[in-house]
Amino acid sequence: MATERVLTRNVGRPEALTVRGYREGGGYDALAKALRMQPEEVIEEVKRSGLRGRGGAGFPCGAKWSFVPRQSPKPKYIVCNADESEPGTFKDRLLMEHDPHQLIEGCIIAGWAVGANTTYIYIRGEYTKAAAILEAAVRDAYDSGVLGTNVLGSGFRHDMVVHRGAGAYICGEETGMLESLEGKRGQPRVKPPFPALVGAFGCPTVINNVETLCCATHILLRGADWFKSIGTDERNTGPKLYAISGHVERPGTYEYPIGVPFQTLLDGCGGMYRGRELKAFIPGGASAPMMKASDRAIKMDFDTLAKAGSMLGSAAVIVMDDTTCMVRATLRLARFFAHESCGQCTPCREGTNWMKILLQRIHSGQGSEADLDLLAQVVPNVGGISLCALGDAAQGPVKSLVEKFSDEIRENLRAGRYPLPAPRYFDQGAAA
Amino acid sequence: MISGRAAASQALPESAIEEILALRPKYPTLEALTLPALHIAQRASGGWLPEAAIEAVAHLLELPVARVAGVVSFYDMYHVRPVGRHRIRVCTNLSCQLRGSGEILETIGQELGVEEGRVTSDGRCSYVQFECLGSCDTAPMIMVDDDYHENLTPERVRQIVRELK
Repeated sequence: MATERVLTRNVGRPEALTVRGYREGGGYDALAKALRMQPEEVIEEVKRSGLRGRGGAGFPCGAKWSFVPRQSPKPKYIVCNADESEPGTFKDRLLMEHDPHQLIEGCIIAGWAVGANTTYIYIRGEYTKAAAILEAAVRDAYDSGVLGTNVLGSGFRHDMVVHRGAGAYICGEETGMLESLEGKRGQPRVKPPFPALVGAFGCPTVINNVETLCCATHILLRGADWFKSIGTDERNTGPKLYAISGHVERPGTYEYPIGVPFQTLLDGCGGMYRGRELKAFIPGGASAPMMKASDRAIKMDFDTLAKAGSMLGSAAVIVMDDTTCMVRATLRLARFFAHESCGQCTPCREGTNWMKILLQRIHSGQGSEADLDLLAQVVPNVGGISLCALGDAAQGPVKSLVEKFSDEIRENLRAGRYPLPAPRYFDQGAAA
Repeated sequence: MISGRAAASQALPESAIEEILALRPKYPTLEALTLPALHIAQRASGGWLPEAAIEAVAHLLELPVARVAGVVSFYDMYHVRPVGRHRIRVCTNLSCQLRGSGEILETIGQELGVEEGRVTSDGRCSYVQFECLGSCDTAPMIMVDDDYHENLTPERVRQIVRELK
């Protein structure tokens, strides 16, 4: 599938790291155009484009912007969610390291649209290189009149702060992020009120993912109709980054129209590692229920994956071949969620731990079919009833394990095969 | 503020205090400086946060010490025990696990001869397993101090560890 590179057009073009080089490629034209429009028109254009959030939830971006009150006695804020921590996801790091001004431009456009004079880019603490690149780009943008009291000579004021997190997955949840930005433990808030009304520092706030804001830049430049012409249908529009890892020949970030079939993604990255057989894949990061090899034709968009009981999430695709022990793989994700649960609400704090313990028991050879049955009972007691989406996320992979791979697990349990030998990767001659 | 600053200077170098206070105009509240201040304090204290450094940040930001200590305990990147001069974080999440992070972790353990979370007797290194570091396309990978080392093999990681001074 021949695809125009939109979001990744500056990857491998180091000139784009400076305002000057970025402008030579047409950069900041979208912002200039937006500043000539009324803020309401900017929001309308983004609404019409059908852009949905690229961070995981897929919420319509234009609608989110429109929830912010036009008149507010308090300042308003843009918070860019650059806390990319969903296991398997590394697309935003690419965007920030290779094209920081594309993001800065999107943030200022969002600021103009909702009337916010400050953006906080909340970047995960481990991304030291991306943070340094962003900080240098922000300084350059101030020096070039792109940021500051008079953005591109328009009279609009916009400031930008790169704020580093300190290692906590939950801070990718939008209200956890706001707490963290305010200097607290990153424990999610009870909603409502939603951040559009009461967000950062008690003020109206828009929180958007890095890739979402980058998309907004291109929508302003090329129009909603162009954006809508890409993708599956009017609810799944635009270019999309897919971060592919695991047992494939060439892991990496690939740009496709949203809704590309999984098989096309797989072929595009050189197919299965060493020509092995596909066993399972995770379509949207650790939170997304796993799919089986027989689902390989599925379209990778929000609605198709939701209908199939999974989700596009952050579009982090983790591919597993036929040497993979599904219990071991799921246990690793369960350990992650148990570690990252903020501990605030009971279903998540207790449930994530129980899922980990039961999987550990099965994996270690101490388990029985009763443990698998109990695991199936725990799942609905975590999802849908926790304070934030982490509980839902944590039960996703376990639910799919129980639903799709229990025959395999029961057979292994009956035959007393656990613990399965840990697959050696480098002993198989894989080391290059 | 003056007294807070005087108290803070018992535990933190003047340059770190200046760096923290210089952030004030970027935020509408003093408390919002907590995370960046702790990063700065940790860097100035040999890579971890002794109690005195946590207290210094609390004084500087006019917050109860318990509040700042609660923040410290919440985040994986703040350490309340001494760490090695070099800190190795080994990503062992799923994408890295599928590509051999278990063998990378084993190799580091053998090479350093200490348990996970402990510091080598010469103070040179400590290592921990870490959650996904967002570099799954170059799995397996580790982070040494601020740098990513990617597409590792046991041989490569052995060499990287040996070269740390």
